[in-house]
Amino acid sequence: MIEVREDWCKGCNICIDRCPVDALEESDILNRRGIRPPKLKEKNDCNFCRLCELICPDLAITVFPDEKEKKPVKKTLLTPVGGKTK
Amino acid sequence: MVGIKTADELNKKFLREGMWPTIFCNGCGHGVVLEYTFWALEELGLDMDKVIFSSGIGCSSRLPGYINADGLHTTHGRAIAFATGIKAADPDFHVIVFTGDGDCAGIGGNHFIHAARRNIDMTVIMINNFIYGMTGGQLAPTAPLGSIATTAPYGNIEHPFDICNLACALGANYVARWGVSHPYQPIKSIKEGIQKKGFSLLEFLAPCPTAYGRRNKLGDIKKHWAWYDNNTILKEDLEKIMKYGTEQEKEQVKEKIPLGVFQDIQKPGFFEAYEKLVDRLKEKESKPKGAKK
Amino acid sequence: MKYKRDPKRIREVLGKKVQFILGDIACVYGGLLAGVSFFGGYPITPASEVAEGMARRLPRVGGVYIQMEDEIGSIAAVIGAAWGGSKSMTATSGPGFSLMMENYGFAVMTETPCVIVNVQRTGPSTGQPTLGAQGDMMQVRWGTHGDLEALAFAPSTVQECMDFTIEAFNLSEKYRNPACVMTDGEVGHLRERIVIPDEKDLKLIDRTPATIDKKDFIPFTNSQTIKNCKVPDFPTFGTGYRTYVTGLTHNEKGFPATDKQPDHERLVKRITEKIMDDADKLVMVEEMNLDDADIAFVTYGATARPAESAMEMARKNGMKVGLLRLKLVWPFPDKLITKLAKDVDKIIVPEMNLGQIVHPVNEYACKHCEVVSAPKIGGEMHLPMELYKYLEGK
Repeated sequence: MIEVREDWCKGCNICIDRCPVDALEESDILNRRGIRPPKLKEKNDCNFCRLCELICPDLAITVFPDEKEKKPVKKTLLTPVGGKTK
Repeated sequence: MVGIKTADELNKKFLREGMWPTIFCNGCGHGVVLEYTFWALEELGLDMDKVIFSSGIGCSSRLPGYINADGLHTTHGRAIAFATGIKAADPDFHVIVFTGDGDCAGIGGNHFIHAARRNIDMTVIMINNFIYGMTGGQLAPTAPLGSIATTAPYGNIEHPFDICNLACALGANYVARWGVSHPYQPIKSIKEGIQKKGFSLLEFLAPCPTAYGRRNKLGDIKKHWAWYDNNTILKEDLEKIMKYGTEQEKEQVKEKIPLGVFQDIQKPGFFEAYEKLVDRLKEKESKPKGAKK
Repeated sequence: MKYKRDPKRIREVLGKKVQFILGDIACVYGGLLAGVSFFGGYPITPASEVAEGMARRLPRVGGVYIQMEDEIGSIAAVIGAAWGGSKSMTATSGPGFSLMMENYGFAVMTETPCVIVNVQRTGPSTGQPTLGAQGDMMQVRWGTHGDLEALAFAPSTVQECMDFTIEAFNLSEKYRNPACVMTDGEVGHLRERIVIPDEKDLKLIDRTPATIDKKDFIPFTNSQTIKNCKVPDFPTFGTGYRTYVTGLTHNEKGFPATDKQPDHERLVKRITEKIMDDADKLVMVEEMNLDDADIAFVTYGATARPAESAMEMARKNGMKVGLLRLKLVWPFPDKLITKLAKDVDKIIVPEMNLGQIVHPVNEYACKHCEVVSAPKIGGEMHLPMELYKYLEGK
């Protein structure tokens, strides 16, 4: 699942545009700026790659693999591709 | 290795309370650079009390205000000179300068040149959006030839400044340029830049849909961000194509902006050299007068 | 290693207690005694000797000397170092002082303690680089944009170059405002005997550090440790207060409040009042023969020397002449001048410019007496005889 701080979202839709598996869409709700923050599509292939989380200019998105346990995804380390792990 | 955090946890740690959301326009790249910096700092696990931010004037220079750390928001172009003083006061500080293309390459060019030449221990994160965004879209020294700005309404006829090239020539220890749409390389680069002793420069090509994209007819946010993907090329790829590619391939990449790490060397930083000088003087004076070596 | 003031080491570096040295070097001595640990400078005649003296001595006491790329960079680095916890200073002359005006204002707005030694030369522009003048006395007060109060000393002797540099640090640290030592090419390049004060006679004031709980700390408001003090406590960078310091109009927490009139008024009033509330206490003057004087010189800096000679000549000839020498020119000793104007018939203000300090003198004399300007420019000091002629009214 993704969690969106709706009041932080400015509606640039970069997350929707950049999602590699096209899992995001605009939601139906309007936030106080009058824009529609993103949400996961009902049927989606989200693999928790966290690109939307990393690329959001307003730091508004957080990705959780598990709705109850709000822990980050372990499989995608932040250590960049080709980089050394400590 | 530090525990992996979610963006939410990261925000709680690094953002100053009550300052977010930013003043930046929709689709601006500055927030992304800030987030990459957070991730890099998180990975490094530095004591945030000892990380000091300095900035000049402009959109990019508003960034330290959002960070829960000591920040000096200075006069236009002078951030690097202020940072020199901050670092001189306490060698334990990690000094990070946020600056823009106008701030760093325009009005602050001289301070930049000399800080790089002296190899002062600091990390300069220059966010280049090809325009003076905060004042409403005037011509920047990095603006591509032919681009439109309010003060270049018929197209820019000045040659743009390649600040990475300049930094390499000055012998900066670490020089890299990245876009904002791919997270991993920039985060790694910022990390390396902060760890590096001596001067490190990180240039980010950040979209400015409001002041730059709109005037230059680069389309909406989506298209504007795509422009950066289509018009940049990895430095290594560019080198290979220029060496082995066909004429047609060369023609295609000729105009593209190279990305990557341009310089990664280990020259002693200014304060390292200064400490040695102080030690040398101490040693010399501790010897009795008239004694031969 | 962070700098720590080591009195023993400083005295080793300074050498003998009594010396015969240059005015510029005396400023270096003053800085070192006050505990300066950062000097950012740029060569300019006639102030280069200050930078040279610092470059030679500062590394030996463990401080940092950097020759910056220009005067703008110098003052910027000095302010940065001050926020990092250093006592820091720079030295320059007229053209460099003009360049510094932008960040001088920044230091006022952000309440940064630092010291600028201005070895004045004549202008406008490049002027006469090797010759002295007093052309920046108004610039230090009004040169940068906006409302501010200046702290400016004017030494007349080499001994005072040292003493006033120490004193400038004290006032700067106390009021968290940049302080200037407005010496001139004449005194700066003069060699005289000086006596270095003993450590026990040295009174040094340090900025009040922020000590209260980090949650309750407000960086830009009245002091939270000293009662009724408009100077805020200093949250040195790296001590965990995580202060945001900006030259924009800021609220008490330090965050930009550029579109709020009350915030701007409160801020700028406080940074001027913190000095002006104490203006009467800050008066530093030397009075000579003023008890029975009919005519008085009001002067400062190098010009006080020929004025004193002229006064002595006149006294020998039976004229009742006195002299008021301003040691601290800004804040201006307004009440003292008004009182003096009531006591004497005529005030003569000799200056090495076309009349700068004569204006506030005239203003505060309140038409109680005649105020005459005695200017001389071109890099030469007044001859006592020239000033004597003013006394005779010629």
